[in-house]
Amino acid sequence: MMNDEPTRDEKKHLFDDPKNVRFVVRALAVCCALLVLADLVIHRHVVNPLESLFGFYAFFGFIACVVLVLLAKEMRKVLMRSEDYYDSVDK
Amino acid sequence: MILWTSSLPAFVPFFVAAALLPFIGARARNVVMLAVPLAGALHLAGVDSGTALRFTLLGFEITPYRVDDLSRLFGYLFHLAAFIGIVFSLHVKDRGQHVSALLYAGGAMGATFAGDLLTLFVFWEVLAVSSVYLIWARGTERARGAGMRYLVIQVLSGVLLLAGAVLWYRQSGSLTFSYIGLESVAGGLILLAFGIKCAFPLLHNWLTDAYPEATPTGTVFLSAFSTKVAVYALVRGFPGTEMLIYVGAIMACFPIFFAVIENDLRRVLTYSMINQIGYMVVGVGIGTELALNGTVSHVFTHVIYKALLLMSMGAVLHMTGRINGSDLGGLYKTMPWTTAFCIVGAASISAFPLFSGFISKSMVMTAALDGDHTVVWLMLLFAAAGVFHHAGIKIPFFAFYYKDSGLRPGEPPRNMLIGMGMAAFVCVFLGVFPGVLYAILPFASEYHPYDASHVLTQLQLLFFSAAAFTWLKLSGIYPPELHSTNIDVEWTYRKLGPRAISRVRRWLGAADGFVRGFAMGRYRQLLYVLHRHHGPHGALARSWPTGSMALWVAVLLAGTLLLYYV
Repeated sequence: MMNDEPTRDEKKHLFDDPKNVRFVVRALAVCCALLVLADLVIHRHVVNPLESLFGFYAFFGFIACVVLVLLAKEMRKVLMRSEDYYDSVDK
Repeated sequence: MILWTSSLPAFVPFFVAAALLPFIGARARNVVMLAVPLAGALHLAGVDSGTALRFTLLGFEITPYRVDDLSRLFGYLFHLAAFIGIVFSLHVKDRGQHVSALLYAGGAMGATFAGDLLTLFVFWEVLAVSSVYLIWARGTERARGAGMRYLVIQVLSGVLLLAGAVLWYRQSGSLTFSYIGLESVAGGLILLAFGIKCAFPLLHNWLTDAYPEATPTGTVFLSAFSTKVAVYALVRGFPGTEMLIYVGAIMACFPIFFAVIENDLRRVLTYSMINQIGYMVVGVGIGTELALNGTVSHVFTHVIYKALLLMSMGAVLHMTGRINGSDLGGLYKTMPWTTAFCIVGAASISAFPLFSGFISKSMVMTAALDGDHTVVWLMLLFAAAGVFHHAGIKIPFFAFYYKDSGLRPGEPPRNMLIGMGMAAFVCVFLGVFPGVLYAILPFASEYHPYDASHVLTQLQLLFFSAAAFTWLKLSGIYPPELHSTNIDVEWTYRKLGPRAISRVRRWLGAADGFVRGFAMGRYRQLLYVLHRHHGPHGALARSWPTGSMALWVAVLLAGTLLLYYV
């Protein structure tokens, strides 16, 4: 059932080939570009004035994730302890 | 046919089955366990809204079973979740876990259909006591400790609920569970009790502490019931309580930071659970019909996709014995079905169009927008991008793709795959046919998730979040998965508390030593003096020769004589 050893001559899988990884990244970039451009074509109905900014959601999503990761990285400096932090007994 | 009378409370079949389970064979056990939620859901479908079972106990009006549109929807959901969880756990040999899961599901039914606060309290505690075995059954030292902390906090929540209920009864003269509100102390206590079970900020840590330590199948049940019963209770007791808007917005935001740096992938999912419950709490706080429908439908979709994600991680844990992102990777090669199911769960929690999260989360977002809560709306939008980041991408990416961990586990047992398959089907089905869910929503409001603006903006948000992840990962900025513990509120009661207690004990010890030393010194001194005067060689204890006695008598007589003459 469990097999921790990688088999020697197993078949190549989808993402073993860096070309396929590159393809996924490029496809993502193309989709992003198309979605922003769609803002020019589709007239979005707007409730909050912020929404009417061009590409607001795209921009917000990108910035949100970058800020999230950068802040989380900083948090590690304060919050991170060894894995057995709670298992160890205080002297 | 008493069993099919419409006033048979929904928890009864679960409790009866749990009582039967230890005495029947494995095959019959499976049949009984699968039949109970199916029969229960069918039965519920035949019960009219407005049905209630009432009796008087010691002068209190008790309503152990009350069906209305709100409790019915949660009833359907819990039956569905119980069924999927049972299928997923059929391979488990430990009967204790099955009994525990059935009692726990029954407890959720009991609380959902409770028409009065006393019944609610009883099932509130049943939920706590029945589910803790699902944590302890893991058998590790950590699970033992986490289970104990879980139990203490859950029971405390129940005690607060009881105290609140008693005050509420004295004040209103009724135990009926309907709108409570925050205007009284009783309301405050009850909200605190709900808040603990709902994992409000600062009260949340029992969830991220205990759930990841449970068994691979136990976590699936745990994720479905306790917190959702609490959300249900909020919808009934505290709709439109403004404070909840801000509490919910904070809940939606703060856990995603922890989720990004957490290594244990099931713990990542528990943080994202708090984040998702945040949306529900915001909906309760806004309290419009659209918002409450949003909350309720988000509970419905959330229970299923969260169960699906936890099932896929449970399958990974079951097959590899590992769950840390740093130890996994490349599993798509040998677990393609599990990978696919996980991705469906990930797409659902991220609210991709055509997946279930899309049709429910957006109702709360729209309600926030319509209510002019701009800051809250921005926070929810931030959380929506964040949840895609840490649950939608991080979970499947680090478990199934990324680096090759060298692990080559096979697919999990067939029942696990079927359980995941059913949940994945529900996720896609609700995403494609939202009308099926909308038709049974308890409040009257019209909502259409699929319009061009909404689909486009959601796709923009998600694709650019994915772009951010890709850029951060490729540029090496993304923090690596590390073996670590991140301290959270639990630090106060797992480190600070014990430390403070041991320090106080040291101080007390020192003070005690000083006082004792001082007293002992005095005491010794006293003993010394006594000894000197009364001891064997003391002046007052010496035996005096008769001669000296005669001499002293003579001196006394001489003195008396002298006094006479004076």
